[in-house]
Amino acid sequence: MKPTPLTIAALAAVVVTYIRAIFFTPIEAVQGPVQKIFYIHAPAAWVAFMAFGLVALASALYLWLREDRLDRIAESSAEVGVVFTTVVLTTGPLWGKPVWGAYWTWDARLTLTLFLWFIYVAYLVMRGALDDRAMRARYSAVLGILGALLIPFIHLSVYLFRTLHPRPIVMKPSAPSLPSEMLTTLLLAFGAFTLLYIALLRARYRYAVTRDGANPAEEHRAS
Amino acid sequence: MRSILADAWLIARKDLAIEFRTRSAFLSAVVFALLAIVIFFFAWDATAVAAIDLAPGVLWVIFTFSGLLGMHRSFGVEQPDRAIDGLIASPIERESIFLGKAIASLAFVLAIQIIAIPAVGLFYNLPLARVAVPLSLITFLAAIGLVAVGTLFSAMAVNTRLAELLLPMLALPFFVPIVIPAAQATAKLMSGRPVGDAFAWLKLLVAFDIVFVVACTLAYPFTLEE
Repeated sequence: MKPTPLTIAALAAVVVTYIRAIFFTPIEAVQGPVQKIFYIHAPAAWVAFMAFGLVALASALYLWLREDRLDRIAESSAEVGVVFTTVVLTTGPLWGKPVWGAYWTWDARLTLTLFLWFIYVAYLVMRGALDDRAMRARYSAVLGILGALLIPFIHLSVYLFRTLHPRPIVMKPSAPSLPSEMLTTLLLAFGAFTLLYIALLRARYRYAVTRDGANPAEEHRAS
Repeated sequence: MRSILADAWLIARKDLAIEFRTRSAFLSAVVFALLAIVIFFFAWDATAVAAIDLAPGVLWVIFTFSGLLGMHRSFGVEQPDRAIDGLIASPIERESIFLGKAIASLAFVLAIQIIAIPAVGLFYNLPLARVAVPLSLITFLAAIGLVAVGTLFSAMAVNTRLAELLLPMLALPFFVPIVIPAAQATAKLMSGRPVGDAFAWLKLLVAFDIVFVVACTLAYPFTLEE
């Protein structure tokens, strides 16, 4: 597939952001260079949550309107979301080891992100295990909505779990006010990642359209 | 409303009659639970970790996995001869089919726990009699949530190519907000704390039950063909 202008623009924005993040943003005094991983970690987390929000929205709309397009959007957004969640779960421990002293802690937000990853990986596996297109769309929409309903419950239970049994090693700093250079870089990274998300979502969506277009016979089999 | 519940009871009775006559799933789930209790005991150093600290975790892990065994059966029994088509074609609301299946599974899961929980008490030498009433309440609340989610995913998983392999993958993340509160509340009760200490956890369980019983009952008709 030929890269679209949007994809090129998104990749360029990411490159520019990281040139700025690496060379033109001051090094954090306490954490050192490792803090720069946050210019990947935080925007990736933002994109992941946005992607899964779109899955829930498209799923609910699908059950209402029964538009194939909505199912394809949910499918594409879930896949891109899982990729960005994987980035979050990889960069987090890389930062956590030097700063917290451990790759993993059972902090509420970490645990929630891990379960998000599990839910949407299961979502993608289920999609792959269903051949009937109409059934796949209905099942996926149901799971997409239930997954969104589950998130506050997981958050609440792991949060209560943490606060009822505090452990001393969690040295999570309360959000410090960032110097303006860092803030600009972080905002740039958010913008670049959002653009990248849209570009990837569109590319993945186009793939789904091509794939479904190649097997039109399947379309009306079950309905 | 009356007829929805009456029809649900009809479906539940049918499932329980099948289970009562064959007893295959029930026996295998009970034996699985007992085996798991025994194996778990050897996973820890009994001289270093007190049984009372292990027990809540063991109890709820076994609860979850033996529950899953029952869940797969729920719609699995309708697969041969496409019996599910007969159910869908019958003049019964789809919500009733779901509720009936869920009620039968609830009876199944609770019946296993009636054997498994005293067995944990016996093998781990726990003073269960002291906490019998609150522990039964927690089990009941946890079972409702587990069954609601498990029944829906059972209905979906049986139609996929992966079948029983997919069910744990779909259902286990949804069991997290059941297992954490249940295990925490049980730990509090067993260490002799008053029921009030476990109240925050019980509230979470009740909220989960309400949200997911309603959501899964409403979602089930969407999984069927129009």
